[in-house]
Order: sequence, then structure tokens, then C-alpha cells
Amino acid sequence: MNPFSSGTRLRDMIRAIRACKTAAEERAVVRKECAAIRAAISENDQDYRHRNLAKLMFIHMLGYPTHFGQMECLKLIASAGFPEKRIGYLGLMLLLDERQEVLMLVTNSLKQDLNHSNQYIVGLALCALGNICSAEMARDLAPEVERLLHGRDPNIKKKAALCSIRIIRKVPDLAENFMGPAASLLKEKHHGVLIAGVQLCTDLCKANTDALEYLRKNCTEGLVRILKDVSNSPYAPEYDIAGITDPFLHIRVLRLMRMLGQEDADSSEYMNDILAQVATKTESNKNVGNAILYECVETIMGIEATSGLRVLAINILGRFLSNRDNNIRYVALNMLMKAITVDAQAVQRHRTTILECVKDSDASIRKRALELVFLLVNDGNVKPLAKELIDYLEVSDQEFKGDLTAKICSIVEKFSQEKLWYIDQMFKVLSLAGNYVKDDVWHALIVVISNAPDLQGYSVRSLYRALQTSYEQESLVRVAVWCIGEYGEMLVNNVGVLEVEEPMTVTESDAVDAVEVALKRHSSDMTTRAMSLIALLKLSSRFTPTSERIKEIVTQHKGSVALELQQRSIEFNSIIQRHQNIKSSLVERMPVLDEAAYLGKRAGSSQPTLSAEKSSKPTTSAASLKLPNGVAKPPAAPLVDLLDLSSDDAPVLPSAPNDFLNDLLGIGLPNSSSSGAAPSTTTDLLMDLLSIGTSPAQNGPSDSNVVPSSAKAAESKPAPVTAPVMDLLDGLPSNASPPRDENLVYPTITAFESSTLKIAFSFEKQPEKPQVTLISATFTNLSSSTLTNFIFQAAVPKFVQLHLDPASSSTLPANGNGTITQSLRVTNTQHGQKPLAMRVRMAYKFNDEDKLEQGQISNFPPGL
Amino acid sequence: MINFVLLISRQGKVRLTKWYSTYSQKERTKVIRELSGVILSRGPKLCNFVEWRGYKVVYRRYASLYFCMCIDPDDNELEILEIIHHFVEILDRYFGSVCELDLIFNFHKAYYILDEILLAGELQESSKKTVARLIAAQDSLVETAKEQASSISNIIAQATK
Repeated sequence: MNPFSSGTRLRDMIRAIRACKTAAEERAVVRKECAAIRAAISENDQDYRHRNLAKLMFIHMLGYPTHFGQMECLKLIASAGFPEKRIGYLGLMLLLDERQEVLMLVTNSLKQDLNHSNQYIVGLALCALGNICSAEMARDLAPEVERLLHGRDPNIKKKAALCSIRIIRKVPDLAENFMGPAASLLKEKHHGVLIAGVQLCTDLCKANTDALEYLRKNCTEGLVRILKDVSNSPYAPEYDIAGITDPFLHIRVLRLMRMLGQEDADSSEYMNDILAQVATKTESNKNVGNAILYECVETIMGIEATSGLRVLAINILGRFLSNRDNNIRYVALNMLMKAITVDAQAVQRHRTTILECVKDSDASIRKRALELVFLLVNDGNVKPLAKELIDYLEVSDQEFKGDLTAKICSIVEKFSQEKLWYIDQMFKVLSLAGNYVKDDVWHALIVVISNAPDLQGYSVRSLYRALQTSYEQESLVRVAVWCIGEYGEMLVNNVGVLEVEEPMTVTESDAVDAVEVALKRHSSDMTTRAMSLIALLKLSSRFTPTSERIKEIVTQHKGSVALELQQRSIEFNSIIQRHQNIKSSLVERMPVLDEAAYLGKRAGSSQPTLSAEKSSKPTTSAASLKLPNGVAKPPAAPLVDLLDLSSDDAPVLPSAPNDFLNDLLGIGLPNSSSSGAAPSTTTDLLMDLLSIGTSPAQNGPSDSNVVPSSAKAAESKPAPVTAPVMDLLDGLPSNASPPRDENLVYPTITAFESSTLKIAFSFEKQPEKPQVTLISATFTNLSSSTLTNFIFQAAVPKFVQLHLDPASSSTLPANGNGTITQSLRVTNTQHGQKPLAMRVRMAYKFNDEDKLEQGQISNFPPGL
Repeated sequence: MINFVLLISRQGKVRLTKWYSTYSQKERTKVIRELSGVILSRGPKLCNFVEWRGYKVVYRRYASLYFCMCIDPDDNELEILEIIHHFVEILDRYFGSVCELDLIFNFHKAYYILDEILLAGELQESSKKTVARLIAAQDSLVETAKEQASSISNIIAQATK
């Protein structure tokens, strides 16, 4: 006998390996064994081949490489005896997978064994084929398997049926061949064959619509009968589990019924009775019963069941949901997600319970429940749901916060109806879990803030407040730093205070402190620091007293090891020192970021190229191209609703990757800021930079530093949209610039007329901004006395934003001997869906008497 | 469909793996490492399902062993629990109150039994008795072959004496 191969017995080897105390020892033992086995293989030892293979399997299970034993499997399979074949096939299934070419070599042996006279050898071959066959093998051996389906022995039949499943999964074209045999398997009595047959039918239905039709026609009746028999069967010890006869067969028949009854009223009708019986009579105090009920509910939801049956199913789910067993609650949540398409109302009823499940201690249940809650949110319940979720965010597990944050953000964005609410919720999320907020989410927040002039003051103050307690939340810090940089003066001067706000005093140096802390914190990353530097630069021009200090802070970073920071620090330093004359215009507030462009970009769909954009514009309008905002959009581009994230067709501004302005003012914000920068060739850079301060922002938030007090009072009324905003540089009225030749023409209307007063509205609209309408209101005094202290106020529905410019005068001469004009800018966010409407109120002194007139304007020309 | 079956011990040692979907050796090691980390760290009162890479893993602990089965997302998790129990009961009957050591030293037997219960990732037999009978019949085939072989070698040994 070969001295190398005698080796140890399998049992001894396992013992030796188990006795090893360290991994190194184990490796040594395995190495020794493998060496012996390799030697035996090269000696072509036959006596111990099966033992060696068994050892290899054990070694394989421990994770060591065993590829050298693969050929041994084939040799064992090719030998004549049952014991050799048995271990050979086992080795084949363990050591090989379908992608190895060695596997092809076994096809012939398999074919022989499938035709063997010994049923157990046929069984081994079928088992191997069913577990690891490749597509080619499936094609080669399908006829053999199909033949075996017609055999007599139930053991062979059930194995052949399951083997056919693998064949169909690998080669769906072969499905047709198995339709007939599969249908006839359902007439068997043997449960094993039935189970295998039902499964084969289910897979056939998935693979092939013809098969589905065929089985629907031929098997529905038989299936109902099988289920009836098995559920009414008397106690059968062989198949009994907790008082139910063969639950596995139950479940598989129910699953096939779901396939057959789907979108087919006739067969569904046929199943109703037995489904009702199973749903009502199955005991639900054991897992087995619940497994059947679960499957039954799913089938009822899947087929065209009667409404009564659906109610029954929903009730079962309700019971599941209140079950104490976590498994049952898990499947209930799972099922409710499917039920929501069938009966959303019924699922909504369980909302509180589901919300409780979000806070469960079990991660699997939490995840399910969170996804379900996400589906349950609608306009009506978004506020309480979001509040609950955000409250929970505070106490939730660390590993759950990521998921939870993402879901909350997407709920808040999707369903927000007002900006204030959206901003509030986002601030809460940022301060609780800012580290989990994705970049695009806080970018979007900045875009929204930039577009909400009346909320900018509120935002910057809230962020400042939040910053004091949550410096560790990276994205909160970034948003806060950005806002302080942009709107720092609103923080200090308490501009645009909302009613809900608590008063707060922040000095200029406090604001600089906040940014400095962000800049110097260890945990702050590069982007945050770079953003802080920019914020400081901006503050230096807004808060002149602090500029010396800011200069110092900036200078400190001249030696920063991070190249980006160093470069910025040096650049900014030279701006502060040597370019005082351009600094103020250089660090002017960012132009309003284009929401539609950002949202479109976020959706990542359309990407018009820069050149196409430019060529579409006549060269004569090049000047308007330089307008900092909005103009670069294609004409008449549909502006999308602020929070409608699904807007794939939104116009997208080309991102100019090396846009200097972008780079300078919006580091870390390439997405949100590129829309603010006019697309321009690099040679225009300086022009661009300088044009911001001088060219009027068309829909800029801030044109009202010269608001007379009376107009200011008027403006504060129609809040929340038109709180006056201070802007130091931009003194031009907003309607100065639109190119007239592109304007659409609307008739002038008489908006209001009373015995003393007449108001006429004329309209202007820029084609590239269909949402925005510029209204010139002309007030005429019809009475014989002069009206003084004239104040015009207007209010609009929530979907409209209104901006009132100062009136030309507050005195209206009598008898129409003069007029007051006042410009209004309205932005209809639901343009095209909802018409414009407005309420107006005029207050004035008439013969030294205070008078008040009110009216509603609904005769706006269509298309506004 | 069951994509794979995994038996891991409390210490994270693999006791049995059976792959019904194609995974390369590398992926297999990774899957085992990932899943044993997730499953072994779950508390006792939690539900028996773990969502993993878009699949669900149903697991159940018996003494020191975790039986895990990875299934498609639309499969019936509760039924898989029953299949696991079905498998355990059959092992129990075969080995006579099975313990981890039985499965270590007779791992191939455990595989043979599993091959009679599952095939192509689907349930093959719902009767414990039938499985036991089939295994017994095949075991006796092996025994007879062994006896024959030893009797032949005895004859040869005697003849060559």
C-alpha cells in the first residue's frame, strides 16, 4: 500500500484540526493533510480516494483552497459503485460551481447515471444536476430529465421535477417542453411529487406566458381540489405540523394560485371559496398557521378576489401587526407594503402602530416600518409624521440614523407645502443628524434659502442658534457658515423677524466668532474650512469693524498644509490688502440660485451644452447673458415647482467647470452655485465678477434699500413673501432691465374701481420666465380731493410669491390730475395650472379722514 | 427560492454551506463573513429575519448552531422557519438527539440529508419519514458495498496466504 496515502482517517483528521489551539497550528495540520492528498492524487490511489475527497470537503469548509481535488470528484463519479458515486457527487456540488469548466466534463457521466437502473444513482445525478448545472448542461440533459418525469418512482419524479426548475431557470426556452409533464404531476397523490410539481408549475408560469395560460386552463380546478383535500384532511401523522397537515403543500399551492389568478377574473372567482376557508379556519396561534395565513393573504391581494375576501385579508394583517411575536410583525409590515396599492385607506388606519414599529428595538422591523411610513406619507399627514420621525431621530441608534435621515429629508422635500416649514424641518434634521445628510440635500436647502428672501434673516438666525449647540454636525456647519457669509448683516441687524422667532442679539464679532470656530475645529473637513474662509471674506466687507480681525484669521491659514486652504488664504489676503476698491463688489451676495436648474441637475437628466446654449442666443443679447441670474436659461423654459423633484425635463444650466466666479464664491457648492454664474468664457471673468454688483438682478431678492417708510409698511403686510431686504449695492429698481423685444403682450386691465379710486394693471413678462410677471399698477384719483398717505397693499395665495416695489408717491392729486405708479413682481409657482389671484387694500387720507378700501382681483388675463 | 443554506456555530465557525445560486469561492467567503457578523450579533428577542443585499436571510438558533437560509425578497419567511425546523427534526431523528459534534464529524451525512430535503433551492420532501427511509436505503447500499469489498479482500488475503 502507498505509504503516502494511508494517512489518517477522516475522523482523526477532524479531531487533529479541532485540537489545534491557534490558527497557525490549524494551517500546519491542513497543509500536511493536503500534501498527503496531493501525493495520493498524483499516485492515482484508488482505495482511499473517497476518504481523501471527504477530507478535502472538510478542509474546503474551513476555507482552504481545494481546487486540486476537483478531478477526483469526476473520477469517483465515473466509478461504478454507489458509495463512490455518492461521495463523488457530493464533492462535485461542494467543490465546484457552475462556472468552472471542469464541470462540463461531468456531463457524460451524468447522462449515464440518469439512465442507470438503480433509482438511487439516478437520484444522485438528478440532485447534482439540479443544484449546480450550467446552461449548456441544462440544454444537453433536458430530454433525460423530461423522460424521468414520466417515470413511476415518486423519489425520481420529485427530483426530476425540481431539476427541471433549475433547467428552466437556466434556459427559459425549454419551458414549453415541460408544460405537459408538469400539469400531469399535479394529479399525483404523493406529497413530495405534488410539492415538486406545484413548484415546477410556479416557475413555468414565471418563465413563459404560454405556460401560464396553459396551466391556468388545465390546472386551476385541480389545484383548488388539492388545497381543499389537504386543508380538510384528517390527522395525518406523516405530514402533520402543529395540527396542520402538510403546511408546505398548502403554501406552495397558494403561491401557484396567486400566479394563476393574477389578472384573471375567472380563475380568481374559482378560488374565492377555498381561500376564504383557509383564511378563516387556519389556526393562528402557531408559526405554521401564520405562515399559511401570510401566504393566503398575499394570494388574496394578488388575485382578483372579492372585496369581502380583501377585507378579511386586511383584517388578518391588522391582527398580525398587533401580534407580540416580532416575526409576525415583520411579515405584517412587509405585507402592508404590498397592500397599500390595493387598499391604501385600510393601511392608513394602522399608521400609529406602524410609526411605533419605526422605533422598535429590532433593526429589521425598523427598516421595514420606515419604508412603509415613507409610502404612507401624503399631503395630509406629512406634518405629524415628519415631526414624529424627527423626534425619533434624536434617540435612534447610530446605525439607523443614516437611513432615517435620508427618508426624512426625502419626505420633507417631497411633501413640503411651504418654505418655512421645509426650512424648519431641514434645520432640525441638520442639527440632529447633520453628519448623515447627503450633499445634494443640503445643497438643495441652500438653493431654497437663496430663493426665499423673506426667510433669509430667519434662516441665518436659526442656523446661528443651532450652531451654538451642534458644531459637530458637519453639514449643519456648512449651511450655517454659508448663510452667515451671505446674510451676515441680517443676523446682526435682525432683518425680517418672523412672529415665531425669539429676539436675539448677535454682534458682528459674534458672527465672526461662529465662523472662526467652524474654521478652526479639528473635526471640520476641508470643504467646511474653505467655506468658512469665504464666509469670512464676505463678512469682512459687511462688517467693516471686524475686517482687521478677519484679515488676521485669513492670514493664519497662509501656511496651511492643505493646498486649497493655503491658496485661498493667500488669494483672499491679497484681495483684502491690495484690492479694496473691488473687494466690495467681489464679495457681493451670491445671485439667487436657480432652483429649477439645480433641481434639474439633481435629477441628472438633461445636459445641454454650453455652446448650444450660446448659439441659441443672438449675439446682440450678449449683454443680457451676463446678467447674473436666470437669463441664460433657454427661452420659455418651463420652471418647475420648487419641490417637485421628479422634474426630469427641467432646464439645466451647463456647469462651467472652470468658472472662476463659481470657484471663488461657491467652493464646495459646485452644484448649487454654478447656476448663479453666468456661462461665459474665461476672458470675461472679471467683467462677470464686476457685473454682479452693477447689473440689476432680474429676480433678485433685494432691491429695496430705498423703500420709503410708507411703502415699507405696505410691504410688511403681505408677508410671508415680501419682507423688505436690505441690499447695500443694488439700488436699481427691478424692472429696469428686461429686454422689451422679447416681452409677451397682455392687455391692461382695470383691477379695481370705486367712487374715489381706479387701479389699472399692465403686465410684462419675459418669455424665458413664464412664472414671473411684472405688473405696473397705476392709481388714479377719481374724487375731487387729494388723497394723501396713500398705501397700497396686496395679498396673494400661497403658491404665488409677491414682491412690491416702492410706490412713486404717496399723494394722489384730485380729479385724475396725476397718478401714482407702483411695480409688483409676482411669481406664480403653479404657472399653467392655477390662475393668478390677488386681494388688494388701499389706505389713504381723504379729507383728513382715514379711509380703507378693499377688493379682489380675479380678472387677470389668462396665462399669468 | 433558497439561494444558500448556512450553518454557523456561535463562534462563527462554518459547519455546513450549500449554494443553490452561483457564487464564486471568493464571494462565498465574503458572504459567510458578512452574514455571520450580522447574525451572531443580533439579540435573542429580535425577529429571525435579516435584510441583506436585497435578499432576506432567515435564521434560527438551535443550541450553539445558527441555521441560516437566504431567500428571495418575495418568499415566505415564516415558511422558511418551518423548513429549517423540518431539517433539524430530521437530523435529530437520524443522529438521535443531534449535537454540533455530530454535524462536525458526520458533515457528509448532514449534506446527504439536506440533499433529500432541498433541491435546486426548493423544498423536495415534506415527510420526515420519507426522508429517513431514503437515507436509510442509501446508507445500507453503502454498507453492503463495504461488506462486499471487505469480504472480497478477505478472500484475496486468504488465497494469497
